[in-house]
Amino acid sequence: MINLAGRDILHGWGKFVFTGIGLGLLIGVTLTMAGVYRGMVDDANVMIDNSGADLWVVQQDTLGPYAEPSSVRDDVARDLLGRSGILDAGNVTYLTMQASAVKQATGQRREVRVMLVGFEPGKPGEPAYLVAGRPIVRSHYEALADLKTGFALGEKVRLRRHDYTVVGLTQRMVSSGGDPMIFIPLQDAQEVQFLKDNDALINERARTASNPAFNRPNVPGLLEAVQASQTTSHFVNTVLVRLAPGADAEEVAGEIRRWKHLQAYTRAQMEEILIARLIATSSKQIFMFLVILAIVSAAIVAFIIYTMTLNKMREIAVLKLIGATNQTISSMILQQALGLGLIGFMVGKLSATLWAPLFPKYILLLPEDAISGFFLVMLMCALASIFAIRAALRVDPANAIG
Amino acid sequence: MSKLKIKLIALGLLVTGIFAWVVTTQGPLAAIKVTLDKATTGALNNGVFGMGTLEARHSYNLAPTLTSRVGRILVDQGDRVRAGQLLAEMDAVDLNDRVTSSQQAAERSQYAIRVAEAQLAEAQSRVKTASSAYTRLAELREGGYVSQEMLDAKLHEKNAALAAVASASAALSSARLDQVRTQADASGIGKLRAQTRLLSPIDGIVTARLAEPGVTVVAGQTVIQVIDPKSIWVKTRIDQKHAGLVRVGQPAEIVLRSQANKVLPGVVKRIEQIGDAITEERIVNVEFAATAAGAMLGELAEVTIKLPQLEKALSIPGAALKQREKQDGVWVLQGGQVQFRPVQAGLTTLEGRTLIVSGLAEGDEVIVYSQQQLRPGMKVKVVKELVKAKP
Repeated sequence: MINLAGRDILHGWGKFVFTGIGLGLLIGVTLTMAGVYRGMVDDANVMIDNSGADLWVVQQDTLGPYAEPSSVRDDVARDLLGRSGILDAGNVTYLTMQASAVKQATGQRREVRVMLVGFEPGKPGEPAYLVAGRPIVRSHYEALADLKTGFALGEKVRLRRHDYTVVGLTQRMVSSGGDPMIFIPLQDAQEVQFLKDNDALINERARTASNPAFNRPNVPGLLEAVQASQTTSHFVNTVLVRLAPGADAEEVAGEIRRWKHLQAYTRAQMEEILIARLIATSSKQIFMFLVILAIVSAAIVAFIIYTMTLNKMREIAVLKLIGATNQTISSMILQQALGLGLIGFMVGKLSATLWAPLFPKYILLLPEDAISGFFLVMLMCALASIFAIRAALRVDPANAIG
Repeated sequence: MSKLKIKLIALGLLVTGIFAWVVTTQGPLAAIKVTLDKATTGALNNGVFGMGTLEARHSYNLAPTLTSRVGRILVDQGDRVRAGQLLAEMDAVDLNDRVTSSQQAAERSQYAIRVAEAQLAEAQSRVKTASSAYTRLAELREGGYVSQEMLDAKLHEKNAALAAVASASAALSSARLDQVRTQADASGIGKLRAQTRLLSPIDGIVTARLAEPGVTVVAGQTVIQVIDPKSIWVKTRIDQKHAGLVRVGQPAEIVLRSQANKVLPGVVKRIEQIGDAITEERIVNVEFAATAAGAMLGELAEVTIKLPQLEKALSIPGAALKQREKQDGVWVLQGGQVQFRPVQAGLTTLEGRTLIVSGLAEGDEVIVYSQQQLRPGMKVKVVKELVKAKP
């Protein structure tokens, strides 16, 4: 027995394939949107993973360091090292800011929004892997940049008052907002965060000098001492703690909360803060859009299959006239619908995979999403073909001869 | 089978092939790409990097010893001065008058001595006269020519004259002592007067003029600062982690912020005994090999201290060294899977090579770069480079 569906497709294969491709692009958009949503959640997760910490110690009563500002004295890390259950502790600062670099070839200034991370080499907070270059070895003015910043090795990046040389490149080091990270030594980062620009410094000095409490004629040196104390900072945003093997995170965190008067979050709590609070609304927004897009795509698939069948009413009537059974006609329509779905899914998956790296923010295409997408597409096609089959079976064979 | 059908089947296979290739190589199912490099033996140029500011080793803050008003200032910033040159003078108030008065007193004490000397001479002369008159009367008394009463009166006259001599000589001593005192007074006032003058202690350059005439400064408040320009060095802050190998006499390279493209040679002159406990830094003073032209105090400088070269050292790229549970190690490929191999690592040079003390042999391949954090047993694909170098 000949395959009616195949014969019919061969008859008008161009139309069939192009319909499939069109459908595929729509499915591709839907898959990409799912990827955008997944990517957003993954950005938050990857930041937690990349920090390499088991505990985040932040200012008391804050949701720091990502969801709320937090500042802690940088000697807290040393206190923590002495506690049992703690293997390592590292001071880290975070600051979202604008970094700029001058392209040597064209002389154009390029600005990138980045999250500036100050870390101590060899301590938690250091990027765990590089894709090019070398780790930071000088104690000042060297930087590791994420590939997404677009900075190249050896490039000079301007951060506030100093130029930093990019010595290494990282990948997938982003903030929860998707901004790529730049890593610099902690002391430099503290300066960037608290020392501001030269004008602000001079103004601050003048303000102090005009305060009679600090500028006393009979106490030489007092003003200088006060001004010196204003330009040094020993604050960081968080202390990242790595636990000793076998230590209970919740127990150590509880001890820190109780006795050090600081807030400590475990990995699970930090995930909850980032995903359930920080990116909650924006991810829900994207998710709503994904749902609507999926519904619209399903409707379009159904309409395409339905109209495709309606266009063939005359041929179906002829088939009926020559004595084709209902089963033959139904299976032809179903096979065509599933074929269309298969082409659509393949084109969709292909396009989504190919254009995902072009997006400025991370798109995470999960294999599970692709598999469930495949079954949903097939299910939609099968459901849509039911309407088409009903319409086809109801057609009067007399239509064939008009 | 029609030609068209064959074509279609071929097209279908092609599309399926591309699909399979894209899914397995581009998307989330793709293998993690890594790059490999060999552990090599060679000379390692070791160094330590630090930031510092230019300071003068010998800096003189000239200040008055008493609270006083600034009278005049004779120099300004940048002036070259000689040792002993007058730079500034405080207002003397009544000191000049007191000098004159004490000098007058000293002069007057001279005359007092002369008066006492004259009085002594007169008294001595009276003793002489009284003695000879007494001797004559005593001879006459033996002959009975004069009365005893007359002789007694003469004796008294002689004794009185002797007492007058003693008194006059005491007055002379007193006058002499008085002269010493007034002279000391005059010299003391003169020294006080000299204290109001600020003199340069060295041949140097004036770096600060911190007060103007008419301003009152307290005792010890700096008015003029003078430095020795030959003693300018870089007060360098070195991370305590790296400071262990720094020794006096090691060569260094200094780059001034104002002359970023010029490398000036220097040498480690002194390592301060007290480090900075807060910033965890050691302070190392690095001197210029030749006087740096145009260097200004307070300028930021980058200092690279060269440590002795390590001959025949086994090293790997610094990016390959990782830590797991505080254990240094490297990732290696074993049968297509990655494994963590603990090593004992030494210092990392400024070029980013890490010295391997033990755990690796020459020629062993280690994973340097990876697209993700590695875990034991991960499947990876080795490529030449992960990021195309930009031209």
